[in-house]
Amino acid sequence: MKRKRRYTPNFKIGLVITGAMLLLILIGFIHTPYDITKMDSAAKLAAPSLKHLMGCDNFGRDIFSRVLKGMGNTFVIAAATVSIGTVCGAIVGAFTGYFGGWLDEVLMRINDVVFAFPSILLALVFVSLFGTGKYNVIGALGIAFIPSFARIVRGEFIKYREMDYVESARLAGVPELRIIFVHILPNAMPVLLSSIMIGFNNAVLAEAGMSYLGIGVQPPSASLGSMLSESQTYLFSAPWYALFPGLMIILMVLGLSLLADRGR
Amino acid sequence: MTKRGQKFGKVLFASMLLTLTVALGGCAGDKTAGDSTQIADTSATNSSEANTATNTETNASSEEMNETDEANETTDDASHITIGIPQDLDSLVPSLSQGAGTQEILYNIYEGLYKPDSEGNLVPAVASDYTMSEDGLVYTFTLRDGIQFHNGNPVTVADVKYSIETCAGLNGGEPVISAFSNIVSVETPDDNTVIITLKESSSPFMAILSTVEAAIVPADVSDLQTNPIGTGPYKFVSRSLQENVVLERFDGYWGEPAHIKDITLKVLADSDSIVMNLEGGAVDLVARVSTAQAAELGDDFEVLEGTMNLVQAVYLNNAVAPFDNEKVRQALCYAVNKQEILDFVSEGKGTPVGSSMFPAFGKYYVEELNDLYTTDIEKAKALLTEAGYSDGFSFTMKVPSNYQQHVDTAQVVAEQLKQIGVTANIELIEWETWLSDVYQGRDFEATLVGVDASTLTAGAMLSRFRSDAHNNFVNYNNQEYDAAYKEALAAEAVMDDDKATEAYKKCETILAETAANVYIQDMCELVAVRKGYTGYTFYPLYIQDFSKLDVQ
Repeated sequence: MKRKRRYTPNFKIGLVITGAMLLLILIGFIHTPYDITKMDSAAKLAAPSLKHLMGCDNFGRDIFSRVLKGMGNTFVIAAATVSIGTVCGAIVGAFTGYFGGWLDEVLMRINDVVFAFPSILLALVFVSLFGTGKYNVIGALGIAFIPSFARIVRGEFIKYREMDYVESARLAGVPELRIIFVHILPNAMPVLLSSIMIGFNNAVLAEAGMSYLGIGVQPPSASLGSMLSESQTYLFSAPWYALFPGLMIILMVLGLSLLADRGR
Repeated sequence: MTKRGQKFGKVLFASMLLTLTVALGGCAGDKTAGDSTQIADTSATNSSEANTATNTETNASSEEMNETDEANETTDDASHITIGIPQDLDSLVPSLSQGAGTQEILYNIYEGLYKPDSEGNLVPAVASDYTMSEDGLVYTFTLRDGIQFHNGNPVTVADVKYSIETCAGLNGGEPVISAFSNIVSVETPDDNTVIITLKESSSPFMAILSTVEAAIVPADVSDLQTNPIGTGPYKFVSRSLQENVVLERFDGYWGEPAHIKDITLKVLADSDSIVMNLEGGAVDLVARVSTAQAAELGDDFEVLEGTMNLVQAVYLNNAVAPFDNEKVRQALCYAVNKQEILDFVSEGKGTPVGSSMFPAFGKYYVEELNDLYTTDIEKAKALLTEAGYSDGFSFTMKVPSNYQQHVDTAQVVAEQLKQIGVTANIELIEWETWLSDVYQGRDFEATLVGVDASTLTAGAMLSRFRSDAHNNFVNYNNQEYDAAYKEALAAEAVMDDDKATEAYKKCETILAETAANVYIQDMCELVAVRKGYTGYTFYPLYIQDFSKLDVQ
């Protein structure tokens, strides 16, 4: 099925920004101009120059290199978080929405409980139980993201389960799992996709928040959030230190928000 | 830092705030008070583990409080100063106070029979003199003539007896100061004599008696928490929880009176607000600012430099591989460049140390040990090869996350260790987790913290390394060390100070030679003071003496 797409200017801008961000992340994975942990006492808090495009931090480490790597870390964490949230949320939402009944009641009440917690708070509890670090942060945020996806998918399933084509499939003896994942789920995709985009944005911000609190990516490795956190002491003497990681967060979120808009 | 950079900064400040707001909505305020609470937390002392009580409570009311005092601030009033403190006082009762950050303030309100001066010597306070019996078991104190409490009542021997007995647990209950369980009796034969008898002689006894915990308080005032009354140069006026504490000069003080009449202690729990508060005129003095904060301050301020009086080191768990191998530990010592750390972390400020002892200890401090391991990468590699780790290894270094300076140092150390193929994975942990897992649970490979001393007795730094010490969190186990420490104790018991000092120095040397830990430095302490205020005095212990402050 081919649908004619109209690209709004916003969408195009979003596409360009996101493309550029992905390109930078890719570059960061392959190569950075400097070793991101390499310290240089001569370049402490150096201003942006041709040698160091975004200047240097308080250890004389190249901020551009660290931003490249940091974006990668932030991206990976956000992507993994959203994946966990989407997959688990879709499964929970699909079953509860399709079958209803006591399963729906029980799972959705649990869902409500998790949903009632602010995601950062939930992640903090998780981290205090299982320790800090990248993977724990992914797990923590992932769990916190499940309920919103579950609700969205459940809503879609409730809408579709009474439709004629579902009824026909059921009468024709199609297994219920197949009905759920092959017949209904693709129809829920447009809504799910745009919430993935929004979820990704939230995950970027949540990761930044977690690293800002010192419980995300561990030093000397970098993420955009941890760089922002470290930079705040030097706001006056080396504003570029905070500027570039902050700018990158804004651009990443902005780009995806513009993309997500299209789906609405 | 350039002028241009500064201007650039101010222009961009608004946009940065926006960035932070967007990025961190809702969580910025949770950041724990950082650098300036450093030592209070790191005071992992041996005399009472309660001293390690934390300041990590976040301060929800910090925002509101930043706005309160500015209106009625009178910095030009010749006899008033506002001092920023990193946390509220945990108790106003000296014997119940826990945090080093609380006790350093109470020093101005309360006094013991003796108290430490700025040289670390013990000087008479509530007592005017004392004598000790030959066997070191009986201490006879003479009460100072005419000394009075803040409420105007004279200090009597009954008050002294009450105070000491309370601390020793002789009035029922556990001893508040564990070392005071050594006290058998407190007697008052006449109106100006107090006799304290000990079970066994103890040379650190006077030092412990001089801590603020053992302060003399009135026996007839039941609730010191709401009505703190002592004999110190300042008396308590009022307190607003999590906001401020107001003190006033005590004009009936027995000694040299304080210069400044009114003192407001303003709680600045959010370390990020320190610079703003200083620059904005809300506070005039903040002790223990970071080098970065000091660099942000303008011309109105003077930054005084002292030392924090602690030993910052990579403390190694001597019981786990590969740190159970002396050669591995030595290799790390050779690989770590202390001067480079100072240059990166604190603009070169700080004093490198080579063992578990810092310069304020005077005669006990062995300076030569600093040069025992001059950075030598080749030698470090050779030692690793000898130990069977020619390809290096990796380990986890736990660092308390609320101490930026330790976190920074850890990053430099990790970078330096890369040169010998050793990978140090930094794991940031909460201070409470550090206390329970690392300090008490001893579940770690390496940790980077500072360890300080509650008294200037060598034992305060060295007793923890005895193989059977309850607070030997690094699991150091060395027969020779145990023997040397016993020798020191034996010499102290017979009051042979020279011999004890020699033995303690030997202990330090053994620690350094066996590379018990990778010793780094006694960190620099920076104090930001508004120009016009003088007389800030550094103490070799955790003390803020306000009575010496003055206004020009």
